[in-house]
Amino acid sequence: MKEDEAACVLFDAGHRACGGCAAAMAARLILDAAGKDTIVVSSTGCMEVFSTPYPETAWKVPWIHSLFENNSAVASGVVESLKKQGRKEKVIAIGGDGATFDIGILCLSGAFERGHDFTYICYDNEAYMNTGIQRSGATPYDASTTTSPAGKCSFGNRRPKKDLPAILAAHGAPYVATASIAYPPDLKKKVEKAVNTPGPCYIQVHAPCCTGWGFEGEKTIAIGKLAIETGLWVNYEMEEGKITKVKKVVRKPVEEYLKEQKRFRHLFKPKRNDAEIAKIQAIADRNAEKFGIEIKLKK
Amino acid sequence: MLEITEGSHAVAKAVGQCRPQVIAAYPITPQTHIVETLADMVADCTIDAEYITVESEFSALSACLGASAAGSRVYSATTSQGLALMFEVCFNCAGMRMPVVMSIANRALGAPLSIWNDHQDSISLRDSGWMQLYAEDNQEATDLHYLAYRVSEDHRILLPSFVCFDGFILSHTYEPVDMLTQEQADSYVPVFKPYHRLDAADPISFGLFASPDYYMEFRYAIDQAMNRARTVLPEAGRVFSEMFGRDYSGLVEAYRLDDADCAIVAMGSICGTVKDAIDEMRDAGKKVGLLKIRAFRPFPVKEVQKALSGVSTVAVLDKNISLGSKGAVALEIRDALYGSQIPVHDYIIALGGRDVRRKDIAAVVASAEAGSGDIYYGLREEVLK
Repeated sequence: MKEDEAACVLFDAGHRACGGCAAAMAARLILDAAGKDTIVVSSTGCMEVFSTPYPETAWKVPWIHSLFENNSAVASGVVESLKKQGRKEKVIAIGGDGATFDIGILCLSGAFERGHDFTYICYDNEAYMNTGIQRSGATPYDASTTTSPAGKCSFGNRRPKKDLPAILAAHGAPYVATASIAYPPDLKKKVEKAVNTPGPCYIQVHAPCCTGWGFEGEKTIAIGKLAIETGLWVNYEMEEGKITKVKKVVRKPVEEYLKEQKRFRHLFKPKRNDAEIAKIQAIADRNAEKFGIEIKLKK
Repeated sequence: MLEITEGSHAVAKAVGQCRPQVIAAYPITPQTHIVETLADMVADCTIDAEYITVESEFSALSACLGASAAGSRVYSATTSQGLALMFEVCFNCAGMRMPVVMSIANRALGAPLSIWNDHQDSISLRDSGWMQLYAEDNQEATDLHYLAYRVSEDHRILLPSFVCFDGFILSHTYEPVDMLTQEQADSYVPVFKPYHRLDAADPISFGLFASPDYYMEFRYAIDQAMNRARTVLPEAGRVFSEMFGRDYSGLVEAYRLDDADCAIVAMGSICGTVKDAIDEMRDAGKKVGLLKIRAFRPFPVKEVQKALSGVSTVAVLDKNISLGSKGAVALEIRDALYGSQIPVHDYIIALGGRDVRRKDIAAVVASAEAGSGDIYYGLREEVLK
């Protein structure tokens, strides 16, 4: 990277994230897109902890962290305070999936219902990673976590992922999108769109966690791509509650994604569990049908 | 100007005169009249504030924290369960040195559910780093809000404040209150100047995590600010007294205590009843006085020691109980008087809104003088059977 380019990076190097951390990539991409006139409100979690060990900070924009579950409420206050002062900074609240799907959903729902002009970005690594890989409402079906472990009578997490984008769209959010760190230009475009759309906007960013999911750090992008290519994660945009754009793919079988990650290892070892893999394939098939992601190759 | 007004309305009017820029609040009895009145003021444009109708008290204080960090004067009000729901944010506001001012219309905590008055709610936030001021009547409840903004936002302090006034007993009672004019309020409460704020032109990070190498120093710094408040609160009280004639220069206030044998120590509206009871006892030849605690945090140790140095017995009225120990005020008084030979008797009284009459105060004094304190006063034995 050239020196003048480095000076423009708003999420600085030197933070304590694991090598290959998608949340750190997300922070960098979000600020690349949003620009320096942005105030970030973080929830407690990996990103908060690895970026701000006192007296250091990786944030070159104004940044505030209060609690685990209140970033939407804190952001509400920041937005209204700026409005009162006639200031124009954009406000972005960032939280992990635990903060967003579970403990913070009250504050999130309240803030979206009230219609504050801010963007909420969830970096979704599909479990409570900061506390050591416990299942959340975003953990996918059959993923083994420390509180939904696979065992003699368990195949891991028993529930599919909560459909949070639909819940926020139902609040009347003008713009809701899903994105992935595996597709940086797409993620940046969505962030730009969200921060420039008046009202509360939501972006859910798929953020594969090498430590929590069990893969090597250099494979983060590849894993992110496989999630999209298998249909287990769908990148789409919703405007005024209607799906307006979907990333289409030539679909691969889900096991290509599953077999790369230790959290699904119990589906393959000691012996392959076809019945459970079929259930996960059915989830991908339903996604494909619901969102129309399939590109059919001509034979 | 003297107005006959409900306590909540007087408080709301005073808060409005302090020009909060962001108000975030949630309804809860008996606080609701305050935030309803402020909502009317916003709706009529008599105050220029953003009013956030949050979905919980937890979010109310979180929104205040965010707005304060972004550079606005903020306000909220709550009580009881609402304050309990704010617990986590209370510690955060103090730790992040946000000068939030919040009215507490004091109410008991469940279970069992009670909407009536005692001090358990604010006392339970004793260690949160908020200054705690208690009002005896609606005039004091009103005036303490001006004082709280002035002191909380003082750059020597930068700590949040509770202004506590008894739910229903004060909040819903009509009394004459001498309101400041807007000009007077403006001359006493300066324009808010944040020490730091979230600002893209000068980006800083708020709310970092501190390793064991740093955490203790943050806590120490809050405590040092509390210590400074022991000077800054009386200083602000003196200025108020010079400007408007009402004296809040003391962290404590004595009533007929100079030659007293027995001192009653109390906080809040019960002090009014105690004063009447003291007048009656004085008429009957008993040397009884009152030490009213206005500031519970910071706790005025030196003032208490000085005020109680000449008495032979102390009876503390605690509208709270630290279950498994004593009332919180009595614990402070015993600590302050440690090393003296003055006996301190604790009376847990008026929990959950049980009425206290003048004759109850006389009975407490008789009990203390007989050396039989440390009791729940007025228990109904038939209910316990």
